[in-house]
Amino acid sequence: MLQVNDLCKSYHDTKVLDDIRFSIDDGDFFGILGPNGSGKSTLLKLISGVEKADSGQLLLDGTPVENYSRKQLSRTMAVLQQESLPPVDFTVQEVVEMGRFPYQNWLGEEKGNQGHIVDSILHKLNLDPLRDRSLQQLSGGERQRVALGKVMAQQPQWLLLDEPTTYLDIGYQIQMMDLIKAWQKEEKLTVVAVLHDLNLASIYCNRMLLMQGGNGIRVGAPKDILQSELIQQVYGTEPIIVEHPVHRLPQIMLQQGGSFIE
Amino acid sequence: MSLLLLSIVLSLSMGAAHLPLAEAWGILMHQLPVIGNWIQADWPVSSEQIILKVRLPRVLLAILIGACLSFAGAGFQGVLRNPLADPYTLGVASGSAVGAAFIILFGFQTFLLGMWTIPIAAFGTGIVSLLVVLRLARIHGKFQLETLILSGVVVQAFLGSMVSFMVSLSDEVVNEIVFWLMGSLSIRGWPFTIMLIPYLVVGLAVLLTYGRTLNLIALGERQAEHLGVNVARTRLIVLIVSTLITAAAVSVAGTIGFVGLVVPHLVRLMVGPDYRLLLPITAIFGGIYLLWADTLARMLLSPTEIPLGVVTAFLGAPFFAFLLRKNKRMKGA
Repeated sequence: MLQVNDLCKSYHDTKVLDDIRFSIDDGDFFGILGPNGSGKSTLLKLISGVEKADSGQLLLDGTPVENYSRKQLSRTMAVLQQESLPPVDFTVQEVVEMGRFPYQNWLGEEKGNQGHIVDSILHKLNLDPLRDRSLQQLSGGERQRVALGKVMAQQPQWLLLDEPTTYLDIGYQIQMMDLIKAWQKEEKLTVVAVLHDLNLASIYCNRMLLMQGGNGIRVGAPKDILQSELIQQVYGTEPIIVEHPVHRLPQIMLQQGGSFIE
Repeated sequence: MSLLLLSIVLSLSMGAAHLPLAEAWGILMHQLPVIGNWIQADWPVSSEQIILKVRLPRVLLAILIGACLSFAGAGFQGVLRNPLADPYTLGVASGSAVGAAFIILFGFQTFLLGMWTIPIAAFGTGIVSLLVVLRLARIHGKFQLETLILSGVVVQAFLGSMVSFMVSLSDEVVNEIVFWLMGSLSIRGWPFTIMLIPYLVVGLAVLLTYGRTLNLIALGERQAEHLGVNVARTRLIVLIVSTLITAAAVSVAGTIGFVGLVVPHLVRLMVGPDYRLLLPITAIFGGIYLLWADTLARMLLSPTEIPLGVVTAFLGAPFFAFLLRKNKRMKGA
C-alpha cells in the first residue's frame, strides 16, 4: 500500500505539487491523469525516489520511500519510461538481463540459477525470435516491449508507468497495455500509471487521480472522474461522455469548437 | 596479446639503423631467464645497445601511453554517454598539460611530493578544466553532444595558449612547445615509463568494477537509476579515474590527440558494446595503436622525427568527422 500525505514540491519559486493526498491499495491499476504541467510526472518522480519532496510523506508499506536503499527500492519498484530504450548495440537478451542488476553482486553473479527468469520473460513477450538481435535493428514498438521485459526481470511488486504508450501507434498501445494487465493479474502487481489518453485510462484503470495545477482534484473510479463538467473544468474543453459498448465504462468524445482555453 | 607482442618486435627492428627482425627477437628473448640461456648472442653489441637502451623503453612507453589514453577515452565515453568524448576533445589533456608544463618549466619537479609532483599537478589542472567544460556544456542538467565538444574546443584553445605562453617565458626552445601541444615520446627515459604503471594498473582495476554499471548507463541515466545504480557516484568516480590516467599520460608525453577517440570505437566494432570486455581490450589495443603511430612518426621522415600528435591527429580527425556524421544520421532517422 502506498500512502501519500500532504506532498509538496517546488522548483525554484514555482509550486509544482501542492498538498497532494491519496492512497493506492495493493493490486490497484491506478491512473494519474491531468493536463500538461499539472504535476503528474513530478509526482511519479517523487514516488519512484528519483527526487525528494519538500514536505509531506510517501509511505510504501508503512515505510518512507526515502528510507529504502536504492537497491532495495529497485527490487520493490520498477519504472517503465515514456521514451523507449535508446538504439544501443546490446542484444535483446542482454538488455532484459540487465533487469536482474538489483539482485546481482558486484561480480554480476546471482544467488541460485535464475537463468529461467529471463527465458520465460522473453517467451512471454514473444521476444524469442528477436533475442539475439541488436536494439538498433528494432522498431520503436519492439524496443518498448524490450523495455517492458527488462522491467519484468526486476520482479517488482510495484510498477510505475510514465506515459509508456505516448510514442506508440494504437496497435502497439493496446498490446503494451494488455501485456501489462496480464502481468499484473499473474503476479498480483500494483500498477501506477501516468496516462495522457483518458479513454485508454478508463478501460484499464480501476481507480484514478485527476490533477490540475499541482493539486489533486478528485480520486475515484473511471465513472467518477470522466464526467463532463469535471473534464471541462480541468482541461478547458467540453467533451461528450458516452458509455463504451463492450466494457460499460465511460469514454470521451471531443467536439469541434469546444475549447475554453483563453 | 600475441598481436601486441608481434608489434613490439616489429617496431623494435625498425628505426634509423635497421636491424633484422630475428636479431630484435633474439635480443629480447636473451633477456628472459631460462629461455635466454639457449640463445646464442651472435649480434653486434651496438645492436643490443640500441634495442635495450633506446628503443625498448620508447616502445614500452608508447604502449603504456596508448593504453592510458584509450582507456580514459572509453571511460569518458561511457559515463558521459557521448561517443565523441576523449581526453583530447574534452580539454582534459590540455588542462593536464598546463599543470605539468608549469611544474617542469619552472623547475618545481621535486617540490613537496617528489616524483609524484608532476602527475598530481597535472591531475589538478586536468580536473579543473574538465569541470569548466562540463559546466559550460550543461544546459538544463543535460549535456548536448555537440555543446560538450564545442566547450572542449574552446577550453582547449585557451589552455593551449597558456602552455605556449609559459614555454615562451622560460628559456626553453620552440621544441618544448611542440612537445606539449603535439606530444612526443622521444625525450623521456625509463623513470617516466615506470611511473605510469601504477596509474594504469589502479585505474584499470577501479574502472573494471564499473563495467556492468556503465552498460546500464548506456541505456540512459534514469533507466540506470531505476535499476538501483547510484549514477552520480559512478559518474564522479569514473570521471576522476579517467582524468587521473590522462594526467599521468600527459605529464610524460604531452597532449597526443584522438587516441582515446579512435581506439574504443574500433574495439567496439570488434567486441560489441559490453564495457566488461570493452575496457580491458581497449587498453591492449590502445597500446598497439600508439606503438604503430609512434613507429610511423619515427620512420616516415627518418632520421627527422614527426611529432606524434601529428600522426594521431592525421588518423584521428577524419575518424572524428566520420563519427559526427554517423551520429547526425542516427538522430535524423
